[in-house]
Amino acid sequence: MTIQNRYEFVYFFDVTNGNPNGDPDAGNMPRLDPESSKGLVTDVSLKRKIRNFIQLSEENAPGYDIYVQEKSVLNLQNKKAYDALDIKPEAKKLPKDQQKAKEVTDWMCANFFDVRAFGAVMTTEVNSGQVRGPLQLAFAKSIDPIIPLEVSITRMAVTNEKDLEKERTMGRKHIVPYGLYRVHGFVSAKLAEKTGFSDADLEKVWKSLEMMFEHDHSAARGEMSARKLIVFKHDNALGSAPAHKLFERVTVERVNGEDGTPASEFKDYAIHLNTEGLAQMGVEVIEVF
Amino acid sequence: MAYGIKLHVWGEYACFTRPEMKVERVSYDVITPSAARGILEAIHWKPAIRWVVDRIHVLKPVRFESIRRNELGNCKISSSKVSGAMKRKTTQDLFFLIDEGDNRQQRATTLLRDVGYVIEAHFELTDKAGAEDSVGKHLDIFNRRARKGQYFHQPCLGNREFPAYFELIEMDNDFPSSDLADESKDLGWMLHDIDFANDAEPKFFRAELKQGVIEVPPFNAREVLQ
Repeated sequence: MTIQNRYEFVYFFDVTNGNPNGDPDAGNMPRLDPESSKGLVTDVSLKRKIRNFIQLSEENAPGYDIYVQEKSVLNLQNKKAYDALDIKPEAKKLPKDQQKAKEVTDWMCANFFDVRAFGAVMTTEVNSGQVRGPLQLAFAKSIDPIIPLEVSITRMAVTNEKDLEKERTMGRKHIVPYGLYRVHGFVSAKLAEKTGFSDADLEKVWKSLEMMFEHDHSAARGEMSARKLIVFKHDNALGSAPAHKLFERVTVERVNGEDGTPASEFKDYAIHLNTEGLAQMGVEVIEVF
Repeated sequence: MAYGIKLHVWGEYACFTRPEMKVERVSYDVITPSAARGILEAIHWKPAIRWVVDRIHVLKPVRFESIRRNELGNCKISSSKVSGAMKRKTTQDLFFLIDEGDNRQQRATTLLRDVGYVIEAHFELTDKAGAEDSVGKHLDIFNRRARKGQYFHQPCLGNREFPAYFELIEMDNDFPSSDLADESKDLGWMLHDIDFANDAEPKFFRAELKQGVIEVPPFNAREVLQ
């Protein structure tokens, strides 16, 4: 059973002494919005973490394969669909028979969680069609400006023999001392209908948003944690209120320190939610955590 | 326009990719009629109707910003190579590093910041329209949905990671104020839309900003070129 309701969500996560998302254009410095000096985390960065978490938590569970793996080639995955259905792949084209084309796409949706959730362009050489997923994320942005720090580190070893007399090498780390980030997300029930994205899948998305940073620790990330997830559930598939009006109901107040200056911990913020009149409008608020 | 609608759309980021610069994406200065149509279709569309964008009001100054991301590049490998090595049950265990070779590409996107538009449009019935389809019915559905903020899927400003927020401008509503009301500028050749009836042929038109408004010629007008 695919999901029957439209959802929007506001998701907060924070970072302490880490780099949540490096900018390849700026030598892996934390991403910054040049206008406001607020930190950015791209949609694709977060989607990678959702995929990684599902791959961990649903290991080998049927229907929860991950299509865009860190260690795979897409054509091999596409080929699975053809093999399973005994169709001969035809270069760069969908099978002429529309029925079979649909079977291939449906098979991909049924077996791969990320195809079902985010969609995928499968117009590669071994073609499985193109699907648009119901789950959509925007860029994450920090509440206040962040001040990235550059930390120099040393290693008591060298890589090359010829550098032996140098004894050690220097490296750099970029960290954000503290940043609270806010993300907006959307789940379309109508697109879910087409990919078969179910309520159980949605539960797993909420779970991954809650837990994904716990399994993404690394030297670069520092301490990242999910802080809050507020879900707006509409009472029908098309929705009952404009998304921007719902997002406006979630406000963040700076309780310690001045607005517009970098914060130092989560306690510096208070997250408020105005639920007034939402139930009458047909919007249910779920505070997942 | 008797059956026209006016929709105010806005968002923090947008990228209406120029077809000639799509590897490292560079956005047009303003929304294309094609992207505007996509937004309308995200709210309401049926095979019985076809949206026609008449006018685009540009409300905010054009500002660019650049962002570079790791993207999946050419993930093709020759299928003949694969088929030899692959037997049905072993595919599960076949893995390649995604950042091996050309699979991972870092691409910059030159996107627009803080955009706002008013899309003026109407729709026409297509030959798929049945007896039960009338202009009034679809107009009512669209207006009702737009008024309530309903959509089929969240409309976006060019790319799906840049959501578009929208508000219907009713007959007696105030028109959103424009920062570009006195601005006129030739925006050059811009994509009008893709002609899906003719093998996805792109069509272009000369976009001119006059007092903050771009008049969009009809798709089959003489000034729209392939």
